[in-house]
Amino acid sequence: MKKTINNRAWFLIAPVVIVVLFSALLPVMTVVNYSVQDAMAENHFFWNGDTWFRDLLDPSTEIGARFSGALERNLIFSFVILLIEVPLGIALSLALPRRGWAVGPSLVLIALPMLIPWNVVGTMWQIFARADIGLFGAALNGLGLNYNDTQDPVSAWFTILVIDVWHWTPLVILLSYAGLRAIPDAFYQAARIDAASRWAVFLKIELPKLQRVLVLAILLRFMQSFMIYTEPFVVTGGGPGNATTFLSIDLVKIALGQVDLGSAAAMSLVYYLITISLCWIFFTAMSQLDMLKEA
Amino acid sequence: MSVSLDHVVRAVDGVPTIRDVSLTLDRGTLSVLLGPTLSGKTSLMRLLAGLDKPTTGRVLVDGKDVTGIDVRQRSVAMVYQQFINYPSLTVYENIASPLRVQGRPKAEIEKRVGEAAQLLKLEPYLNRTPLQLSGGQQQRTAIARALVKGADLVLLDEPLANLDYKLREELRAELPRIFEASGAIFVYATTEPSEALLLGGNTVCMWEGQVLQVGDTARVYRRPDTLRVAQVFSDPPLNVVGIEKQNGSVQYAGGVKAPASGLYAALGDGAYRVGFRAHQLEVANGIAGRHAFSATVTVTEITGSESFVHLHRGDSNWVAVLHGVHEFPPGHVLDAVLDPDNVFVFDAAGRLVAAPGAM
Amino acid sequence: MARIDLVDLAHSYGGNAADPSSYALKPVTMTWRQGGAYALLGPSGCGKTTLLNLISGIVTPSRGKILFDGVDITPLSTQKRNIAQVFQFPVIYDTMTVGQNLAFPLKNRGVPKGEIDVRVAQIAKLLDLTPDLDRKATRLTADAKQKISLGRGLVRSDVAAVLFDEPLTVIDPELKWQLRSKLKALHRELDLTMIYVTHDQTEALTFADTVVVMHDGRVVQSGTPAELFDKPAHTFVGYFIGSPGMNIVPAKVRGREAQVDGHVIALNRSYDKLPAGARIEIGVRPEFVDVAAPAPGLISANIERIDDLGRVRFARLRVGDVKFAARVPPGFSVPGDVAGLIFDPSRVHVYADSLLIEGTK
Repeated sequence: MKKTINNRAWFLIAPVVIVVLFSALLPVMTVVNYSVQDAMAENHFFWNGDTWFRDLLDPSTEIGARFSGALERNLIFSFVILLIEVPLGIALSLALPRRGWAVGPSLVLIALPMLIPWNVVGTMWQIFARADIGLFGAALNGLGLNYNDTQDPVSAWFTILVIDVWHWTPLVILLSYAGLRAIPDAFYQAARIDAASRWAVFLKIELPKLQRVLVLAILLRFMQSFMIYTEPFVVTGGGPGNATTFLSIDLVKIALGQVDLGSAAAMSLVYYLITISLCWIFFTAMSQLDMLKEA
Repeated sequence: MSVSLDHVVRAVDGVPTIRDVSLTLDRGTLSVLLGPTLSGKTSLMRLLAGLDKPTTGRVLVDGKDVTGIDVRQRSVAMVYQQFINYPSLTVYENIASPLRVQGRPKAEIEKRVGEAAQLLKLEPYLNRTPLQLSGGQQQRTAIARALVKGADLVLLDEPLANLDYKLREELRAELPRIFEASGAIFVYATTEPSEALLLGGNTVCMWEGQVLQVGDTARVYRRPDTLRVAQVFSDPPLNVVGIEKQNGSVQYAGGVKAPASGLYAALGDGAYRVGFRAHQLEVANGIAGRHAFSATVTVTEITGSESFVHLHRGDSNWVAVLHGVHEFPPGHVLDAVLDPDNVFVFDAAGRLVAAPGAM
Repeated sequence: MARIDLVDLAHSYGGNAADPSSYALKPVTMTWRQGGAYALLGPSGCGKTTLLNLISGIVTPSRGKILFDGVDITPLSTQKRNIAQVFQFPVIYDTMTVGQNLAFPLKNRGVPKGEIDVRVAQIAKLLDLTPDLDRKATRLTADAKQKISLGRGLVRSDVAAVLFDEPLTVIDPELKWQLRSKLKALHRELDLTMIYVTHDQTEALTFADTVVVMHDGRVVQSGTPAELFDKPAHTFVGYFIGSPGMNIVPAKVRGREAQVDGHVIALNRSYDKLPAGARIEIGVRPEFVDVAAPAPGLISANIERIDDLGRVRFARLRVGDVKFAARVPPGFSVPGDVAGLIFDPSRVHVYADSLLIEGTK
């Protein structure tokens, strides 16, 4: 009896296994394959051991310097993004109406940026941020700021951060809003009766109850921002100089620009491992925090 | 049809929720699972339904091993504490839904829904949706849907817990008649002793994942096997006092000595625990042959028909119930008397050694 | 501590004050004395929660006033009303210890630390929470959490009233007994005005000195448990209080006699001036009816079944088309399934259009 059921279960998940095999496992294996070989001529590969990895992780080589520079930019970018988007998202979710006719329209408005495709976002902002004709860029210059996102590194970073905040804070808002809505009214009434200040309500009721959704929000936002590609690719092209050349941009440059497949493969594997381990560390640290609190 | 559990153990993350339960439920019977929250009532129901698989042990239907067979292949209906109905369907369609799934002909559906609606007094509401109904009517709809399914096993998990007191009283009175008319195996979980008594049937007394006693409800109530069963099956809580029998007299803990009359007469010398329900304790003085205790009133609760007197004596708390209105001020010292023929006596291990009446 | 006056207080959620039938709470005027234990009792939708929310300030009344010690507090917010409330489900501040939870309402009001410690220790002791004071509140059982909620409600000595909104819903029967008597003892100890909302008559009757029975947005009777039991002012009170409730039977009443189903029942008082055209019923509680073998002169009833509740038994009967219950002694039996009913005349009440009629001697 038991056996039939188990066998059928395998049969049912077989399509998923096959799809995952083709979409994830095989490409990754191809990359692993490239990362330990060198190509002399077209389709002529020979074993190269861990040379690509050694060069990559040694900052004194050219590729190593590029890698560590881009990694640093990635880490700074994700850190700043989380620092801005999480508090901002929570703050805005607190400001949203909880009931009444305004709930629907405001949620739709908030969600709007997330519905725009990535490359459209890039193109939109490319024009929007232009110092000469773009509303955003021209306005900043009009205010007397020296803004030019294609020539000034600070302007370039600023633009990309603004794009990401505009594009993805809504995700944090929606998650946090859902968490807030799940808090029973009795908690707010009790807090009023206990004469708790608005700040205490936030600190003692809302934030603890939001913890679980915030873990999710931080994780999602970290992963996405760490993999940032389209915005700098379209808006700044990774420049000026290397100012906005993140790992993903560099990877494409090396793989498709220089056709240096070995380096690129090694780099993407390391990139992949860093992302996974950072996510894992985040997740365990935050759930550990949860356990400690309840103990 | 019959359903049996054979040495069933269920553990979740290594923590046992059901510890070695063997139980047989027969066609046309009602079994009340009585026990406090977390005693394993819901876990046991999920095992019976096939929603969970035992860690060890077997589930048998008519002697055939069905352990691990999916719940959809079993003939089971379930009613929960929450009122679960399809919110967008009318009451009629809600009740009819299991029959539609079974692909029954239209005439039969109409007939069976009509019967169920009549039994549960839902006829006036058949065209409404559940949200237009009171809690009691919503739960009646859920029960009707479970009945109409024609399942061999109907599980009700504290179905009245979320209802108003008076509605609960009314549905409770109707349920035995409804069960009788159906003929399936009914399992009804509750935390309330009075509910078990009103429903009758058999009682399965549960405590910490174990079945302590199974038997005719009135019999389990009148002859609890152990002190724990007596405690689970008492509302107000069971009063307990330790005694020491020696040389024809009994010494109560806290200092009352009395001749070993009544049920005490047949006991061997040694230590026992005496349990008595609130109505077995009287407030009076000077009745011949009774054992009297001086106790302090802590609180009197009056319902009009009865008065519950909470007493404090030594380091234990007792409750006595009296007919009519009796107000005692807190701190008042009075005589609580016990009829040595009307107590439960348990040995040191908590097993029943003497009970009132001959059963 | 305060006396609470409700003056012509009413509320309609639709806000249509002109239409009295839309009122969730119909106009009520009553006074609750300082230090009293009150229960608002009624089924779902009777207006008891509305009344509680008006007192706590969560809802602003469509009309009327609420006075605490003679001061009109109707326009004040919940914070300024100086009340405490315990909710149906435990409300716990997750990040705090049990002690911090109990101290929270005092700390927010700037009570000196020494005073807070004394009061928290006192309340914790009364609720048997002393060993848990330094533990995080989140991992405790439901009843311990609810005790913390109770404790936060009781910790302030200066509150005008403590409101309880069905606080024992999530508690097992045995613990209910303990918490209920604890609450009653606390009421005596702390001299606070307490208002307890519930649909459970046992909780209401055992907790309160005065029970306010509500039905359909109206207060139908307010009195001690004994008054509500002995002399229900409305057939609804008769039905709702007592388990099973009062038997209500249509009757023809003239002078000192009631006629039910062709049989004559003697009454203790004389009813000469009954309102013309009113629906006349008599009410008698199951506790005051004796079931005997059928005999001439007795009302005959069909026995449907006997409910054995352990300490009491009730015979479920039918008089004509009307359901009827009567308490019977252990070992009760009558031959066949027909019985005769004997009423205690002093316990039979007469109702006209559901309202109690006082007879004359």
